[in-house]
Amino acid sequence: MNTVTMNVNKIPELYFECENVNPDTFAGKKAAEIAALKGYQGKKISTLGEYFTITGDAGATAADTKIVINGDCTKMKYIGAKMSAGEVVVNSSTDMYTGSWMTGGKLLIKGNVHSFCGLAMKGGEFTVEGNAGNYLGAAYRGDWRGMSGGVLRVKGNAGSDVATFMIGGELIVEGDVDIHIGTHMEGGKIIVKGNANRRVGGQMVKGEIYVFGNINVMMPGYKYKDEVDLEVDGTKAKFIEYIGDLGERHPKKKGEMVYGKLYMKK
Amino acid sequence: MSEYIIKNGHVFDPVQGLKGDKADISVKDGKIVDKAGSGAKVIDAKGKTVMAGALEVHAHVAGPKVNAGRWYRPEDKHFDSHKKPGITRIEGGKSIPTVFKTGYEYARMGFTFAMEAAMPPLYARHVHEEIHDTPIIDEAALPVFGNNWFVFEYLKNKEIENAAAYISWVMRQTKGYGIKVVNPGGTEAWAWGLNCLTINDPVPYFDITPAEIMNGLMAANEYLGLPHSMHVHQNSLGNPGNYEVTLDTLKLAEGVKPKNNFGREQVMHSTHLQFHSYGGDNWGNFESKAKEVMDYVNKQDNITIDTGNVTLDETTTMTADGPFEHHLHGLNHLKWINVDVELETAAGVVPYIYDPNIKVCAIQWCIGLELALYAKDPMRCFITTDHPNAGPFTRYPRVYSWLMSKKVRDERLNTFKNADKVISATNLAELDREITLYELAAMTRAGPAKALGLSKDYGGLKPGMNADIAIYDINPDKFPSSGPEIEKAFGNAAYLFKDGKICVQDGKIVDFGNKHTFWVDAKVKENKLVVRDIREKFLRYYSVNEANYPVPESYAPHQHIITVDATQA
Repeated sequence: MNTVTMNVNKIPELYFECENVNPDTFAGKKAAEIAALKGYQGKKISTLGEYFTITGDAGATAADTKIVINGDCTKMKYIGAKMSAGEVVVNSSTDMYTGSWMTGGKLLIKGNVHSFCGLAMKGGEFTVEGNAGNYLGAAYRGDWRGMSGGVLRVKGNAGSDVATFMIGGELIVEGDVDIHIGTHMEGGKIIVKGNANRRVGGQMVKGEIYVFGNINVMMPGYKYKDEVDLEVDGTKAKFIEYIGDLGERHPKKKGEMVYGKLYMKK
Repeated sequence: MSEYIIKNGHVFDPVQGLKGDKADISVKDGKIVDKAGSGAKVIDAKGKTVMAGALEVHAHVAGPKVNAGRWYRPEDKHFDSHKKPGITRIEGGKSIPTVFKTGYEYARMGFTFAMEAAMPPLYARHVHEEIHDTPIIDEAALPVFGNNWFVFEYLKNKEIENAAAYISWVMRQTKGYGIKVVNPGGTEAWAWGLNCLTINDPVPYFDITPAEIMNGLMAANEYLGLPHSMHVHQNSLGNPGNYEVTLDTLKLAEGVKPKNNFGREQVMHSTHLQFHSYGGDNWGNFESKAKEVMDYVNKQDNITIDTGNVTLDETTTMTADGPFEHHLHGLNHLKWINVDVELETAAGVVPYIYDPNIKVCAIQWCIGLELALYAKDPMRCFITTDHPNAGPFTRYPRVYSWLMSKKVRDERLNTFKNADKVISATNLAELDREITLYELAAMTRAGPAKALGLSKDYGGLKPGMNADIAIYDINPDKFPSSGPEIEKAFGNAAYLFKDGKICVQDGKIVDFGNKHTFWVDAKVKENKLVVRDIREKFLRYYSVNEANYPVPESYAPHQHIITVDATQA
């Protein structure tokens, strides 16, 4: 695997859109060609070379390409967005749309990510060592197709509206989450190891949400079902199972109604 | 103004019968002339196709429901909304582009005119604000009359003269172009939770039928002698088996004679016929009835149609057919907006994905193409996508590629997931016809111009006509064989002249031209009854004051007014 190293050499005045910073675009390109790739700041086009010092050539394919980014990326959007293979490591915090629409590969952010990250993610592994903002792993604004595959792990806390319209995959927040989690969810698994605020699983049709800590205010559309012993993300414990959201439409499978499931650690 | 001479191009112009003949076109002071001066700038069109600027006969490009689509579908404009190099602004949106992108994209495809197909009279100001902000292309808007309380009351009592006086008043207040009818009676019935699914279903309370509404509006249209005919979106849109309703509706035109000074020969324009040519009685046995419908249209000279081609994209449906949008929302469960417009109309908006893997969508695709391929008179059959309902207008080049190349269309047809079922439910596989450049010029230029009553100045390249000219990088002697090549050529005009000014060069916008808003001022005899009725309805029912209703001239500062005198009618 070839490594391309990018050192931030200029902080954008507005925000720099790194739609081209992913192994798929870099594949088969030399450092100089990568530096010539385009990126927008507001309505102005410039090149990656204007904001990064780039060393190392990419591999022949995305899978053979690793990108390491050093320096302050808090004003860089879209890093790793739409990547399908390979690896990206950012030794900093990043701005919006990081890892959104990714379909494969590994993306590691050592700092925090802003809002709208991991949107509509379809596959791959996306790990954030710090905190995430709002709309983590959700559908894009207005869209009804949220995260559908892959594993998205945040080691810190996440904001509100996490995993809206989720339809598949696994999203783990090791800290706390704010309001609106798994709204309109129709599949997939959400694990919150800390506390959840309010409106957990509102209008949820299908899927599973696990909360290890407390839920500040429970939705009224959930009904107690049972107590079960489970192993969730390496933790064995007893969980209380609720089904819902009873206020929402639910499909039938083999004559049985399918509900969303909400598990709270006892 | 500059003078130009376009040399050595292959000219396709049904107005003059030019079928690819090499001819020089001269331009002076915004008009096509016999001969330009010696200082004229020479444009070399050798090996290229030259046509008049194209006219869009039916698209939803401006106004409140288009904007409702824009604001409730931010996901439609997320990707690919960057600013392109050059003088253009940021261009956003795929199925519901911004006004700027709308103007640019039409121009890049060689269009110089677009008709906004449904203007709610009460929201005419909004429509004109958006039209004013759409660059380059000329535009007009059709106010909707098919669910209007005044119209119902006058037509129920067969008061054609009063209906015409009211229509003339609305067209002047709203700066409208003609008479649009959407699901006649059905949208008003929707306010009662009902619909009119045949032309004989009475509208609740008003006790008038869609057939009576359409007969009356056709009569009023000819009474006024408007440049365009009644423009109808029929009842029972989108339902399996609706072709019988379609034939019933088309038959209403039998025996009605066009009466106007604009050279228009039709009395009914039936729009997006693809949505109205369905057989079967459910989605399982859904099939094409395009042949049956077109057999009728072909022999009935006083009807024009447009296709409403499905482009197999994710798009946003929007129509003043409120009940239909609610029905669609029930089918696909995607987000739905409904708007009621007081005494006049309503509208709904729902996103829709025409998925080539779904049999019904593939059959709809076939039906749209069949309509154009069965059309015997290309001067009466126009190509549309009912933008954005069957697909975005930006897909016209792709629709042309399917119509102009059997190879390209069969490649698509044979690779559908349910190809066998789709082929057996349609006739497309048997159709060998390929639309020629000359026929395309009729379907997109001369035909729509004539149907809109604009044939004196637009849709052709005869000296004296407006210098709206599109030049495509297509050599008719070596017509491109692959779909993407055809698309590229039609999507990126080599040149577009608008009013004698070069606005597009090599597919890039180089000038914003002089955009005009067309509207029709139909003068009628003073009618005190109608004036009193209007005053009374404003006092009793409208939420706005009568004085706040008209669209002031400042909303359409570059207006092109077509005057009609019906005072002697």
